Order: sequence, then structure tokens, then C-alpha cells
Amino acid sequence: MIKTIHDWLFSVMPEWAASLTEMVLIAVFYLTLFAVIGLYLVLLERKVAAWFQMRKGPNRVGPWGLFQTMADALKLVTKELTGTTKADKFLYNLAPYFVIVTALVAMSVIPFTQSVQAFDINIGVFFLLAVSSIGVIGILLGGWSSNNKYSLIGAMRSGVQTISYELSVGLSLLTMVLLTGTLQLSEIIANQQEHGWLILQGHIPAIIAFMIFMIAGTAETNRAPFDLVEAESELGAGFHTEYSGMKFAYFFLAEFINMFIIASIAVTIFFGGWLSPFGITEGIIWLQPIWFTVKVVGIIFLMMWFRWTFPRLRIDQLLKLEWKYLLPLNLMNIVIMAIVIWLGWTI
Amino acid sequence: MTKDKITNDSFKTQEYFVNMGPQHPATHGVLRLILTIDGEIIKNIEPDLGYIHRSIEKMCERDSYQQIVHLTDRMDYLSSHINNHAVCLTVEKSLELEVTDRVKVIRTIIDELTRIASHTLWWGVMGMDVGALTTYFLAFRDREMINDIFEETCGARLTMNYNIPGGLMNDIHPNFIKRVKEFLVHFRKKLPEYDSLLTNNVIFQKRTKGVGILSYKDAISYGVSGPVARGSGYSSDVRKIHSYAAYDKVNFDEVLFTEGDTLSRYKVRIAEMWESMKIIEQLIDNIPEGDISVPTKAVIKLPKGEFYQKVETARGELGVYINSTGTKNPYRMKFRSPGLSNLNALNQMVVGGKIGDLVATMASLDIVVPDIDR
Amino acid sequence: MSYFKDIYKGIKTLLTGMSITGKYFLNARKGALTQEYPDNRDTLKMFDRFRGEVIMPHDENNEHRCTGCQKCEIACPNGSIEIIWDRQIDPETGKKKKMIDQHIYHLGMCTMCSLCIQACPTDAIKWGQNFENSVYDRSYLTKVLNKSGSKVKAGVED
Repeated sequence: MIKTIHDWLFSVMPEWAASLTEMVLIAVFYLTLFAVIGLYLVLLERKVAAWFQMRKGPNRVGPWGLFQTMADALKLVTKELTGTTKADKFLYNLAPYFVIVTALVAMSVIPFTQSVQAFDINIGVFFLLAVSSIGVIGILLGGWSSNNKYSLIGAMRSGVQTISYELSVGLSLLTMVLLTGTLQLSEIIANQQEHGWLILQGHIPAIIAFMIFMIAGTAETNRAPFDLVEAESELGAGFHTEYSGMKFAYFFLAEFINMFIIASIAVTIFFGGWLSPFGITEGIIWLQPIWFTVKVVGIIFLMMWFRWTFPRLRIDQLLKLEWKYLLPLNLMNIVIMAIVIWLGWTI
Repeated sequence: MTKDKITNDSFKTQEYFVNMGPQHPATHGVLRLILTIDGEIIKNIEPDLGYIHRSIEKMCERDSYQQIVHLTDRMDYLSSHINNHAVCLTVEKSLELEVTDRVKVIRTIIDELTRIASHTLWWGVMGMDVGALTTYFLAFRDREMINDIFEETCGARLTMNYNIPGGLMNDIHPNFIKRVKEFLVHFRKKLPEYDSLLTNNVIFQKRTKGVGILSYKDAISYGVSGPVARGSGYSSDVRKIHSYAAYDKVNFDEVLFTEGDTLSRYKVRIAEMWESMKIIEQLIDNIPEGDISVPTKAVIKLPKGEFYQKVETARGELGVYINSTGTKNPYRMKFRSPGLSNLNALNQMVVGGKIGDLVATMASLDIVVPDIDR
Repeated sequence: MSYFKDIYKGIKTLLTGMSITGKYFLNARKGALTQEYPDNRDTLKMFDRFRGEVIMPHDENNEHRCTGCQKCEIACPNGSIEIIWDRQIDPETGKKKKMIDQHIYHLGMCTMCSLCIQACPTDAIKWGQNFENSVYDRSYLTKVLNKSGSKVKAGVED
């Protein structure tokens, strides 16, 4: 279908206009996707939280509360934007866009199905890591420019946290890249189509890598038990204390989009992206996005489960966990993976 | 510039003040803590009180002795029954009034239920403060059952005003015994869940073990009481040492932990819930028959003199001091509230720790701000 | 080796915690504790001792039991009760008798301490179980408990 639209556009318009229109269409598609994913993940979070806590969750707006988050978003859009008088206005206003744009850019390389992938570069994994770590600049700017001590503490924590956990995310993905020998996401999936999911191919080291990735990924998205950046019982609301209305909503949505991105990476690298388990529905194209969504929701559910169960770590324990536990384990794991591949013990 | 000077100048850090409260999620009300912070490390804490001061002690000088009781509900609202009990005991002591055994036993049962309710709420909030949000709902589910028991018998859920000088306002509800037994069965099943969800959790252990240490000596010199003191190994249970009501008839242990850190204060409270259940179980089947109140005069006049009685609330030792000149109002009324002296020790416990330690330690003190301010 | 042991033990405690919340998640359908308040209005019943507000029951002849002795007014710690009374001629005996004109109750000031009800010698006032007491203007919270035209029941004396 995408190919027919592409051909049709290029047949009716001159080449420059066609590619421009195509880009606009893709942007609109991704923005819509962004909003829908963000809003419904918020709803899912609230529902899942309620079920963990013996509550019912939002059920007033629409059937099963399906329009609850839309109503919330509408409220936030119409709200007055307030801020502190001594804030650094330019950076203060810029910060939410930093966070949201990086999240959007990271989404562009994720292969939702075999053909839906905005651009398939040969350094896909590297690109994802690089882009998703830019988001922290937005948080740092927001925290610093708000001229609020709580925000500043939150922002500094965020900086420390992201710099540390970036390593673990990178190294655990690198462990898997050893198996595929490529950074291109589409080829990683093609490899899995041929030899089975990477988590099965790499068995023990792959499972360890997955666990490390989940821990580091949760930390990367600043979610509990690593939500020191917001830590409501310590810092009020952390870096976004002084934000209101739509600017707050940007931060809020970006958190959920980042969660989606981490889950998509996990699914793509470890669980074969849009592939069906053991190729049972191979060839049925319309099932691909469904498989992808199911897996992503599964991973996101796991992250929510973490959030609603565990207490928060302290900042020094957070760093200790990374530098004393995750990093050495990760390095060991890479060596083990290399040995496994060298001896041909992959499945 | 020499090399040394550059490093000294460029790495000079600055201490700064942060106002934690009066509106802050971790201060459990309107307590204001003025923190001096160096990065994440706390250098000094200065609690600033008075945001919820309602001059309860002064209001007591205006009221009759029956009316005083209902004001004490509003001090430590989580152990309101025990506060009421304290005032009633003081008045009864000064009048040399002996209440019936039935009243004593019912008061004891209700005090212990209050203690469980207060500790469950504390447990939920402790979980919230260290970041585990589900604890709150588990705790409230169990507390709700106790609140229902109270509501059925006293008519209120928080500010009960069930005790009156000389006895109880009305008899226990016919369903009371049945409901308490149901609760005990339920809670015996659910309390181990508290342990597996939070106590044994490795993150929680790391957050609380060795954090906010209050030594045995400091515990005595700061005059802390209740679970905070017992967490430091200082035996201070008023129920054991100066027994009142029916506590001398029941068999229970005073919980002592010697580490003095946040985790031991936590464990004291969890163990106290078990002990409270033990006390209730011993009493619930043998509530003696008798009157529910000894008739007093409509206007109670205390003899001239000073009277003091202390009880063990969920937070520690609550002392009630009445200075009477023989009129129908007290000349001076003073409450020795456990929260205030427990809060005093905060600086000793937390300085040198991180902000996260402060929050965990504050939660383990289980302060109720209206109790501190009165 | 204790390094790996610590990791193993740590992960085990985390999984125990997750199993508890997971259990609640699976039982979410039947285990929900939420009371959807305005929806369950018909079935929601307060306990009969619930202290909602002070009411003065009237019987079918529009008669109450309040003699106007003012004991509740004295017992009230915060002045929520004011009684306006009058000496009127009792139609039956022909003697002058203390009778209430208005029994005024300030719900906004009431702390639900129940002392007035304890003090009442004739059981004229008791607790009502109504809990929906919010109003748009606080003057509505000042209530006159005796209905207009009501009179004290014959034979009720303090």
C-alpha cells in the first residue's frame, strides 16, 4: 500500500513536490502515532496501576474510560501556562521541545512492520542510542532554567543517571549485535527470521543481556524504581515542578514515548520485532504490526509491574548498581557471548 | 595562578538552603524543614513548627473535662482513642474513680485496634515515601476494616470521642466481637504479605539498613519514646512499665531492636502489630459483664492539685498533665506529645545522609504534625 | 562468590514482591475495593450509630421531645447549639412552662463529639445518618431543628 501511494505521488507530481508531500505525510503519520501511543499508554498505565492496587481505574469518560486521557490532554491544552518570574525564559520554553523531538526522532528508525519504517539506516542501533540520550539535555535545561532548587536537584540526578545507564543499555545491545554482526535494524530482524529470535539464539548470555537491558532501560526512561528525577516524595515533582499546561504534558508524554521506544528496542533486538513466534504466521502481512504491538505491550507491562512494586533507590545506590553490578556483569557477558559464538554454541 | 589554586577555586562548592514543606509530600502535613544541603548531602535540618497550631492546650482551659476529651482527638488523629483514653484516665485518677472491668477491657481492645490502624497507615505511607506505591492500598484495605468496626461502635471513623470520664459513651455494638474476630483472621493472613512486598525487598533493605541511626544514649537524651526508642533498644513501653487499663492482665512482649536504624524502627512497628493482635485475641472472648460507665456529676470538678498520667500511643508516650484549682476547668493543661520529642532527634539521625535518607527516616519516625503542634 | 550470591538473593526478593502484586493484578476483577460513590447511593447505608448531623425526630402529630432545658447548649464545646426559648402557657395544665421557640444547630461548627446527645435528658435529639452535607453557602448549614408549628410532646419532663 505504501508503495502504491509512493508511486502515485511520483506519477502525478514533479519529483521535488512528490518527495516533499511524502515527507509531510510521513511526519503527520508519525505525529498521529505519537499522540495515540502517548495517550493510550498513559491510560494503560493508569488502568494497570489500578489493577495492581485493587482499584478500578479511570472508567468515567467513555466506555472503560477510553477517552479519559484525551479529556486530560484537552484540559492541559486549555490550561494557562504559568512559570517562575526569574526563570531563564528561552531555555525554559525550549526544554520540552528537546525532550519531545528526540523521542520523535528515535521513533523514526523503529521497524513497526516489514515495510513501515521511516528510515532504515545501517547504524540503526547506534542511532537509537545516540538520539535517545539527547533527551536528557531537555531535562537538564528544564531543571536548570526553572530557577527552582528542587528542579535543579532533579535535573542533576537525571544527568548522572542517564550518563551511567547509557553504558549498560549500549553494552547489552552490543552483546546482541555480536550475534547478528550488523547494526541495521531491518537486517537484525532478517537475521532473526532466518535463525530464530535472538534471545533464543543467544540463550543464557542473551537472557542476562535482556535483564540488564530492562533494568538500564527502566533507568533510562526515569521510571520507578529509578524515578529519582521526579521522586515525588523527595523533590515534589523534580525537574518539571515549574511547568504547567501543555509544556508539562510534553514532558509527561515524552516519558511514555520513551518507554515505548525502550520496549520497541527490546522487542526488535531480543524478540524478533514484528516476527511471529517460531514463524507460525509468516507471510500474513497484516499480522505483523499486531505481533509487534503485542510484544511491545508485554514489555511495557513488565516495566509497569516494576514501577508499582518496587521502592525507589537512593542516588548513590543507583550509581553503585550501575558501576559495581551492571557494568562488570555486562562486560563479562560480552566475553561469554563472544566465546559462545566462537565455539558455535548458539541455537 | 598555580595549579593548586585553580583546582581549589574551581571546585569550590556552595551549601544552600532548601525549604522542605510546609507543602511537601514527605512531611506528612504542614511541617517545614529548613535543610542546609551540600549537593545531595544534608548538613543541617531545622524543623519549623507552628503551621497547624490550634492552641489546644489553651482551649482546654476554657472547656469542661468532658469537653476536653474531644479536643484530644485532633492532636494525634491516628491514635485518637488512645488520646481520649489518656485524658479520661487522668480525670479518673484525680477523682479516684475506679471504672468497671468491662470498660477497662473494651478500652484496651479499642486502643490496640487503634494501634494496628495507625501502624497500617504508617506502613502504607512508609512505602509511599520510599517509592513503592502499592503498599498504600494494601494498608488502607486493612485499615478500612478497623475503621468500619469503629464506625459501627462509635459512629465516627477518625475523631471518635468514644471515651468519657468514667467510662464509655455507649456500649459496644452487638457486631463488634464478630467483626474484630473477622479482622484478626484477615489480618493474620495479610500481614506476612507486608513482609514479602516491602520488608524483604532488597531495595527497601538497602534504603533503610544503617540509615538514620539513633544510638541508645541519644535515644535517652533526646527523650524519644515509642517505636523510635524501642528501635534503639531503649525499653520504654508505658503499657509494661506503668501499666494501665487491662494491660496488666494480658500477656505480651515489648518489642526491642537494638540497631537504632530506620529498618529496626520499621521492624518494631511490624512486630507491634503482631503483639497487638495477640493482646486483642486474649481479651476479645473474655469481655466481662458490667456497666459501661460509672456515673459522674454533670459538672466534673477536680480536686485542687496536679495530676499526670501517661499512656502509650501508637507514636510513643503521651503524657497528660492537669493543674487544677478545684474549678470546673483546668488551670493549666499540658500534653507531652510523643511526636515533638521524636522529631527533635531528626537532626541527630539524618545529618550526613542524602535527601532520600531524610525521607525514609522521617517516614520511620511516623510523625503526625497536629500532634507536634497541637 | 558472595557477589553473585547477593545478586541472586536480591533478584529473589524482587520476584517475591512482584508475585504479590501480580496476584492482586490477576484478581483485579473481583478484588476491587473501589466504592463508586454516587453510583452506589441507593445501596450505600451508613451504620445506625453514624454521626452525620444532629436531628430532632418529630412524630406524626408534629410533636418533638425537646423541653428546652438547654443542657445540650451547655454541653456543646464549640457553641454549635443555640436555643431560643420562651415561657408560654401550657394549654393542658394552664401553667406557664418553658418552651422552645427555635432549636438552632450550626452544622458548620459541629465537631460531632456527641456530647449534646449524651446530655439530653429526654432523648429529644439524636444522630442522623445523612452524610451529604455539602452546600453552596454556609448559611445553609445553620439549621433550625424543630419544625415550624411543632410543640413538645405531652408528658415529657426533664
